[in-house]
Amino acid sequence: MSADNRIPGKGRLTPALTARFTIDGRTLTAYEGDTVASAMIANGMHLAGRSFKYHRPRGILTAGPEEPNALLDVSRDAARRQPNVRATVQEVFDGMKIETQNRWPSLSLDIGEVNNLLSPFFAAGFYYKTFMWPKAAWHQIYEPFIRRAAGLGHAPKEADPDHYANRYAHCDVLVMGGGAAGLAAALAAAQTGVRVMIVDEQPEMGGAFHFDTGATVDGQSGWDWAQATVAKLKAMANVTVLSRTTAFGYHNHNYVALVERVTDHIAKPSRNQPRERLWQVRAKRVIIASGSIERHMVFANNDRPGIMLASAARTYLNHFGVAVGAKVGVYTAHDSAYEAAIDLKKAGVSVPVIVDAREKPGEGVLAQARALGIEVLTGHGVADTAGRLRVRSITVRRNGGGSTRKIEVDSLLMSAGWTPSVHMFSQSRGKLKYDAANDRFLPDVYAQDCVSVGGCNGTDDLQALLDEATAAGLSSAKAAGATATPAVSLTGSNAHAWTGGMIGAAEGAGREDNVKAFVDFQHDVCAKDIRLAVREGMHSIEHIKRFTTNGMASDQGKLSNMHGLAIAAEVLGKEIPQVGLTTFRAPYTPVTFGTLINHSRDALFDPTRKTPMHAYEVSQGAVYEDVGNWKRAWYYPKPGEDMHASVNRECKTVRDAAGVFNASTLGKIEVVGPDAAKFLNLMYTNAWDTLKPGKARYGIMTREDGFIYDDGVVGRLAEDRFHVTTTTGGAPRVMHHMEDYLQTEFPHLKVWLTSTTEQWAVIAVQGPKARDIIAPFVEGIDISNEAFPHMSVAEGKFCGVPTRLFRVSFTGELGFEVNVPADFGADVLRQIWERAQSLGACLYGTETMHVLRAEKGYIIVGQDTDGTLTADDAGLSWAVSKKKTDFVGIRGMKRPDLVKEGRKQLVGLMTKDPNEVLEEGGQIVANPNQPKPMTMLGHVTSSYWSENLGRSIAIAMVAGGRGRMGETLYVPMKDKTIAVEVTDMVFVDKEGGRIHG
Amino acid sequence: MADMSVAERKTVLAGFHGGSARVRLTPAIPATRVSLRAGADALAGLSKSIGVKLPVKPKASASAKGRTAFWIGPDEWLLIDEKGDALMADCAASGVVHSATDISHRNTAIIVSGPAAADTLNAACPLDLSLAAFPAGAVTRTVFGKIEIILYRVEEETFRVECWRSFAEYAFGMLAEGAEDASL
Repeated sequence: MSADNRIPGKGRLTPALTARFTIDGRTLTAYEGDTVASAMIANGMHLAGRSFKYHRPRGILTAGPEEPNALLDVSRDAARRQPNVRATVQEVFDGMKIETQNRWPSLSLDIGEVNNLLSPFFAAGFYYKTFMWPKAAWHQIYEPFIRRAAGLGHAPKEADPDHYANRYAHCDVLVMGGGAAGLAAALAAAQTGVRVMIVDEQPEMGGAFHFDTGATVDGQSGWDWAQATVAKLKAMANVTVLSRTTAFGYHNHNYVALVERVTDHIAKPSRNQPRERLWQVRAKRVIIASGSIERHMVFANNDRPGIMLASAARTYLNHFGVAVGAKVGVYTAHDSAYEAAIDLKKAGVSVPVIVDAREKPGEGVLAQARALGIEVLTGHGVADTAGRLRVRSITVRRNGGGSTRKIEVDSLLMSAGWTPSVHMFSQSRGKLKYDAANDRFLPDVYAQDCVSVGGCNGTDDLQALLDEATAAGLSSAKAAGATATPAVSLTGSNAHAWTGGMIGAAEGAGREDNVKAFVDFQHDVCAKDIRLAVREGMHSIEHIKRFTTNGMASDQGKLSNMHGLAIAAEVLGKEIPQVGLTTFRAPYTPVTFGTLINHSRDALFDPTRKTPMHAYEVSQGAVYEDVGNWKRAWYYPKPGEDMHASVNRECKTVRDAAGVFNASTLGKIEVVGPDAAKFLNLMYTNAWDTLKPGKARYGIMTREDGFIYDDGVVGRLAEDRFHVTTTTGGAPRVMHHMEDYLQTEFPHLKVWLTSTTEQWAVIAVQGPKARDIIAPFVEGIDISNEAFPHMSVAEGKFCGVPTRLFRVSFTGELGFEVNVPADFGADVLRQIWERAQSLGACLYGTETMHVLRAEKGYIIVGQDTDGTLTADDAGLSWAVSKKKTDFVGIRGMKRPDLVKEGRKQLVGLMTKDPNEVLEEGGQIVANPNQPKPMTMLGHVTSSYWSENLGRSIAIAMVAGGRGRMGETLYVPMKDKTIAVEVTDMVFVDKEGGRIHG
Repeated sequence: MADMSVAERKTVLAGFHGGSARVRLTPAIPATRVSLRAGADALAGLSKSIGVKLPVKPKASASAKGRTAFWIGPDEWLLIDEKGDALMADCAASGVVHSATDISHRNTAIIVSGPAAADTLNAACPLDLSLAAFPAGAVTRTVFGKIEIILYRVEEETFRVECWRSFAEYAFGMLAEGAEDASL
């Protein structure tokens, strides 16, 4: 391989600045600013990978983001490794390591190449036809095989050590694309003074000026004008210029997602730099200046390394200073390829032939090529190519047949013309129209406040393009609110006006079914595959696409869509607009997951809500469980205790002495206003106007349908002020539910809701010694049983700070709930706990709380209820007012099905074997010997070991449950059947005396 | 009997500090906060009683005598007093129909200040924070990443981010990330 294809004096890179990198272990030298592709070609390497399906050797096809072939595994270190990086986009940095993909044992000798010989078996629709039967083979053989074969490259196994950023931004005018049109539009808009953002995916703006050295703008070369314009824009305070930034998603209301590649080109990024930054932009106006993409020619064996787009070769020459070969042939149907040949010839590269499918190329380019001594064969085609790892020769034949001629080349440039990049326009939901004269789809009906200019709008002539872009810049700025109307105009000219272009298979594609004339390089789809799809009955382009997978690779058919469509249309005998175009979807080019989630990882993935007492609980040995986003103390093991032992001890201690529990996460809503009681009467099944200030009541909330929605204790602090508590998990939705009714059904009520969940830290002290424990801390409240009986609330001071003290119990024991402002919670807990310990009490967590409430038959909404239980089903009909004429759910709970006999009801279950603890969710049947499927009577909703009773207890939903007291039912398990007795739900202190202690 | 002492106050962000070259993150000092709800007929009475003319336009705030009132919704204001604790009493003294709820401990605040303050916030807040769209004195309830905040522009380069207590660590963490990126 020749070591250096650089041409001194050509290109815009600085030879003094070099970077060294390895590819499959071989060290290469690049210039700073090289892409991997340009560096490879400079070092004589065209072979870049193996194709997806047939493992055919593939080279570098393009010089841009549309690259379907040269997909590499690029890494900085083991964890910073990325598969499927496009060599034509990735810039070289010093020390980068590259491995080629989809080959074994090596790139030049790949066992998988056998697929190429077996290719008759891999025709379009292969998977659908082959893997249909036997059915059983799908899971064991076919799916694993397809999964292994599917996808290219391997994801790294290590966690991504890089970080990613996000930035929301707003602007008046967003310009997508920094070529001639984008720069002209941005410049015009910026000069009005409005906020402009211009983004371009390349490291340097300039678009087609990267290769087109024949164009001038305002008397400068196009490239120089572009760089000067970028400098001018950067100097303006109202302009944001983002290079290496791809607009990849165009969503509703001009909401555009951009990805900025911040460090992927830097050898040693600083630690605080994000690898990539997601920009989420809301623009008043969008100008799409995404240019156009050159198409390849579809002919036999058009995929050998060394065969590439003409504009790519011109870019490598004029921008990177690299000749793609020493003997470069051209196969074209468009004038632009002539300019590549002319530039190469002028740079001293041999150009043996230009094969033009057309009879009449553009006169200017034809004359210039011939004047330089290049042989031009018009009305000819390339019938075949040869060369395994690099193209060696082409076979040329006059269109329509005749004798062939073999011409030796080491590279072949091709151009079938240019496809306007309408991806972003289509993503914006704009509708396209077909321009039959030029074989292309162009923007037609706009769905959003945007405008397309330049190549993507079908405007090819440079002067027309500059005028269109400038006008769009000014009108967009004006529409976004600009008042200034600066006089701006630019003059530009091309070396040659380009003509020509074709879509579909060229002569050399052949009619035979064994010819591999590639349409989609990345998915190995040939012209024959599309013809086969049509023959097999796929007549819609959407079906053809899925049957052949044409355009379904990560390049989204940037090169292949138009060719595939034209071939399908030809076989179908339809016009192209009748066949239609598949839909372009975001992302325009692949985007990393890191960018999409950006800051939302590790601790910032989701908020972790901690109570004010969290750190103190940790110091006391708490083990935590997650309840929604909250961290709640689960149990407090002593040294040597497992969860069971800890919970058993806690449960016994609470009933024997007392326990201290952090109940801060309970939802709290302050309901205030003269109509507060009226409102609660409507929201809960209970009556609230009868509740006196200073008293509390257990309330049940139902939905319109009559089913239980939430429950909790409500305390009345004053005539117009209630302190409502909800379940921990229900807090936000109960608040929304109440607010919803207040605003839509009861707006006449003078009452307001405020969430106070986080205002109050809540410490429950439960057990026979509860009063003794809190007594010394309480000021201004008489907490004697007479003055402050069960279900009381009062305001006063606790530990010298304001409190709302409740006498309530979720354990069945004498209990208090101390509410103090949250910032005091930790210290109040400390003081209570230090005293409680001396009285033999314990700290307990949510697990013990669950057991203790189950021992008393207190339900947990969401565990013992499932959204289909009425208050009566739950044994709570006493909490439903018989006197009220209206509340949410009053009609629902009277529906025939909700009052009929045999509904599932909550009951207690006691296993015949007291040591057997049922599994929650276990199904209940009357006769375990009945044939399957058995008739289910219900299921176990809560089940625990009760240390206080020395046996297991359970709560269950059972059909007609309350009528089955004493019956024996069965819970069939995988390995045994458990006999249970139906009981009432109160297992401890059935008389309920302890609560009043 | 245990030694009873007046409970010590511990704010959620005590000891937190952060930022970068162009922005500083500081927990705000504890303040008295009241969520005030009232109809239009009560505004005059309440304004007089608390000494701040309650704003009635979206995004508006008003300050007087160390007290600030944020317009949060058509019938909702957030009152903040960093000096005294008489807000609840003053609301009660108005004699007009309203709802005042003490949320001094529910909320906490982070002060974001410096030339890159707006960019820092825009790491997770989707609002247009240009001075034209969100000038000094503007306030709004909005989202910040996955949480709800009340954002108040104290000065051109100083913002106050109010959030619920248990979301403060998340807010601070997200702001720290934003601060780092905004200073590059």
